[in-house]
Amino acid sequence: MELLVATAIGACMAAGIYLILRLRTFAVVLGMTMITYAINAFLFVTGRLVVNLPPILREHGEHAAYTDPLPQALVLTAIVISFGMTAVVVMMALGAFIESGDDRINMPQDDRVMPPLRTIDDKPEDETA
Amino acid sequence: MSPALIALLPFIGALLPGLLVRSGRSVAATACGTATFVALLGLLLHVPAIMQGEVITARIEWLPLIQLNANFRIDGLAVLFGTLILGIGLLIITYARFYLSRQDPVGKFYTYLMLFQGAMMGIVLSDNILLLLIFWELTSLSSFLLIGYWRHLPAGRQGARMALAVTGMGGLAMIAGMLILGQIAGSYDISDILQAKDAIQASPYYLPALILILIGAFTKSAQFPFHFWLPHAMAAPTPVSAYLHSATMVKAGLFLMARLWPVLSGTPEWFWIVATTGLITMLVGAAIALFKDDLKALLAFSTVSHLGLITMLLGFGTEEAAIAAVFHIINHATFKAALFMTAGIIDHEAGTRSIARLGGLRKLMPVSFAIGTIAALSMAGIPPLNGFLSKEMMLYEASHLELARQFFMVVATVAAVFSVGYSLRFIFHVFTGPERDDYPHHPHDPGFGMWAGPALLTVLVVLIGLFPNVMAGWLVDISASAVTGHEAHSHIALWHGVNAALIMSMTAIAGGIVLLNLHKPLLAAWESAPRPEAKDIFDGLVLAIVRAARAITDSLTNGSMPRALAFFTLTSLIAGGFAWITGSAGPVTRPMLPIEPVPFIGWLLAITATGCMVFFHRVRLLALVLVAIVGLITSIFFAYFSAPDLALTQISVEIVTVILLLLALNFLPKRTLIETSTVNRGWDAFIATLAGIGFGGLCYAILRRDFAFDTISGYMLENSYKLGGGDNVVNVILVDFRGYDTFGEITVLGIAALAIFALTQTLLQGKSSARLRNWVHDQRRAGDRHPLMLVIATRVILPFSLMVGLFIFLRGHNQPGGGFIAGLVVAIALLMQYMASGYAWAQDRQTIPYHALIGAGVVAAGVTGIGAWFNGKPFLTSAYGYFKLPFLEKFELATAMGFDLGVFLCVVGAVMLALNSLSRIARRAGETVNEKPMDIDLSEEQEEPKGAL
Repeated sequence: MELLVATAIGACMAAGIYLILRLRTFAVVLGMTMITYAINAFLFVTGRLVVNLPPILREHGEHAAYTDPLPQALVLTAIVISFGMTAVVVMMALGAFIESGDDRINMPQDDRVMPPLRTIDDKPEDETA
Repeated sequence: MSPALIALLPFIGALLPGLLVRSGRSVAATACGTATFVALLGLLLHVPAIMQGEVITARIEWLPLIQLNANFRIDGLAVLFGTLILGIGLLIITYARFYLSRQDPVGKFYTYLMLFQGAMMGIVLSDNILLLLIFWELTSLSSFLLIGYWRHLPAGRQGARMALAVTGMGGLAMIAGMLILGQIAGSYDISDILQAKDAIQASPYYLPALILILIGAFTKSAQFPFHFWLPHAMAAPTPVSAYLHSATMVKAGLFLMARLWPVLSGTPEWFWIVATTGLITMLVGAAIALFKDDLKALLAFSTVSHLGLITMLLGFGTEEAAIAAVFHIINHATFKAALFMTAGIIDHEAGTRSIARLGGLRKLMPVSFAIGTIAALSMAGIPPLNGFLSKEMMLYEASHLELARQFFMVVATVAAVFSVGYSLRFIFHVFTGPERDDYPHHPHDPGFGMWAGPALLTVLVVLIGLFPNVMAGWLVDISASAVTGHEAHSHIALWHGVNAALIMSMTAIAGGIVLLNLHKPLLAAWESAPRPEAKDIFDGLVLAIVRAARAITDSLTNGSMPRALAFFTLTSLIAGGFAWITGSAGPVTRPMLPIEPVPFIGWLLAITATGCMVFFHRVRLLALVLVAIVGLITSIFFAYFSAPDLALTQISVEIVTVILLLLALNFLPKRTLIETSTVNRGWDAFIATLAGIGFGGLCYAILRRDFAFDTISGYMLENSYKLGGGDNVVNVILVDFRGYDTFGEITVLGIAALAIFALTQTLLQGKSSARLRNWVHDQRRAGDRHPLMLVIATRVILPFSLMVGLFIFLRGHNQPGGGFIAGLVVAIALLMQYMASGYAWAQDRQTIPYHALIGAGVVAAGVTGIGAWFNGKPFLTSAYGYFKLPFLEKFELATAMGFDLGVFLCVVGAVMLALNSLSRIARRAGETVNEKPMDIDLSEEQEEPKGAL
């Protein structure tokens, strides 16, 4: 079973990485969603695979066996937070598309030119007070 | 007064000017002055006890786990520096009131000044080196603000940046050194460190710690080769220069050397590093000062030189030298602050600080002349002023060295010659000589408020010079005792008989007079001689670093996102691969679970869906459906492997996410075109496959091994019921054990939703709004926008789904459920109404704004946490009890429930606000408001999409 879980997580990750290397926003959003699945599942399995022992105390019992609850608590909030992240990214993608009519993810060539470096002493004219 | 309160008072004072500045400069200055005065009074009240040899301490536990405690102590050294900081602070506050003009933002100035004063007091009163480091960095930051106070002046900004870069870097080095020191001593409390001399000096880490700490001290105290920032910091307003760069901040490095003197000094390393650096600094500073034209630059380099003198004395490592050092700190502070203020007066009244344009001010400004002359003579070391006494002591110590005596004697004398030279220059080139008629302003003495401070200091200069033991003996004694660690008695006298020191002194005065007379030819020679300019070297260094940084950045992120992400992935892979090859993973200890048929089918589905998704990702709707399948299988995976809470969360988040993506896809293109070459795609697929293999392999490696360390989950399982009162351990961890994390997380979620809202707001304005209004949908709209079955079904279901939400919320503490899941369920129930009946219809029927829900959620969680304070417990400690209401089962009411309610509200608010924002965009793009609950848009059947607008 461990092998199945590991291969599935690996496949998710590979698909996610492939998609975030695409050039359009929607593919990248989907890729991030896939990576999120993979990461959450990875965090979860650090508690190891345990079947039928949910961390719900029985008879408030102390001596029964349970699975590790801590990764679960971490992943639970991670799932909700990743929803927040996806929502923000989707919104940014949508906003960019509406603003520019284009959902390319790369910076346009014209914007890639960096301003020349200045030393501290080169000051613009208006600053010499 | 408690030492902690004394350290706190300037910070309280820092708040006042901002509030009071509308009432005028005087009120703001008075408020600051009052806070400073009270603190000074509080400090001085401890003096009698300290003279009895006591040390006043205050201990407040802050972060005891890392030994960072707010421990304060007042001993003689703290009294000395505290008096300087607060006493001169008072004078500076008064002086600045008259120096600054009406146009200057005075409130800001005083706030920065008080902030700085508080930071300095923190340094000298700290009894914990970690606390000291915090204050240390705070002085760097507040001095940055003060130097750059006139931010319209480029020189001010550059000086501020340079000072921050140099002292900030030094501070970083010092943090490392202090951590090593604390590790050796086994404690970060100064009291404990001072007891650990033998352990520290025997440690192999002594030298690295020493060097790192000294880098911090040297940068702060402008020692060679870090001296160059100080003259550039003179772009600050003169009150700042007088305060920071003569009296206080530059002495912080000296303070630190004095504070750690008992444990660090006395070794050859200490002597050679500290004494030599001090000697070179003294010589270099004095030589440059002689040739500076700017009055403040002259004083700045002379300060560098005097700081070098004190450093050298501390470097000598003998008790007598320490006494001389302490005495010179007092004397230097008095005459140098007076000189700076005089320079400020001259600048203020004559309109220039350039010595070449001054001269002949004696008659025009008699008061300033008197003050400046006495202070400068003291700086030159002319008897009977206080500067003479301590300089004499320095020369005496140099002539009694065991190591390299002649060398130190000669260089110290040469430096003293220069020192006399520039001091005399300050008098003769500024005040005497013929009166000129080309001063930028008409110079005259300023009002009393401005010269009162320097005059008071000059009186001290004379009085300490004449009656050193009465005036300053006690202060020297207690502070020297604190530096050396045992009781010190100073006997300061004007006349010691004819000895080496006196001869050196006289040589210096004679040489200085010669230098003054030869100044013109010497200056010409100096100007023509090639010499390294520290500022150019610094600027070049900064430029080179920026260039290198930009070259790296540009090659990694040139605006192409896939390129940056590919580099990132490859780097992670290489790092992971390196760790895997060099490290050892340990033997396989866990057996594999047997493969059951149903999970196998799930695996098959997941793999197939993933593969199809990659293959069909250009058909966006299909890709979204396939992603959703993977998400669903993930939630089943959680359910199968004993995580019911996760399964519930995942499935509800999945629904919300898919709705969100669908709404977005409504606007985005429905297909992606092929834009990359086969080679590129092959390369991407290669990277992705490597990443997948690496990540899957990591999972497998972890899954086949037991925990490497004991898990802390045992504690949580054991105490979940006992301490948290809940059987659902995951929920108890969320709302109780790790409640602080959850509190942060719901806040982040709320902020994310607000960010989405803000993005929407901007989209609904301006150009994009116009685009939206004329939006052409690229697909035909459905005819029945609100299908009858869906509308009826969702309305009938709503109360039930809300009840399910409530049920899940209430059972959450003991059974799978809780605030997160309940929030998502309720959000989905509400979303169904929006989807089925239309945005406008649903929006009309709900009255609570979603922002308010988010806010209420965070507040509810916070208030629950604060409630614990009233029971004397830390933030978010929970209490619980069991209740029985008629007709209901016994149920539990824990304070954690209030916290969970906050989580619930925040999740509902955030999810709804995010989706609501998307609907607003849809409405702007022409989605019409339906008047009836159910409507069928017949127009779509006949017409083409209404893009023709």
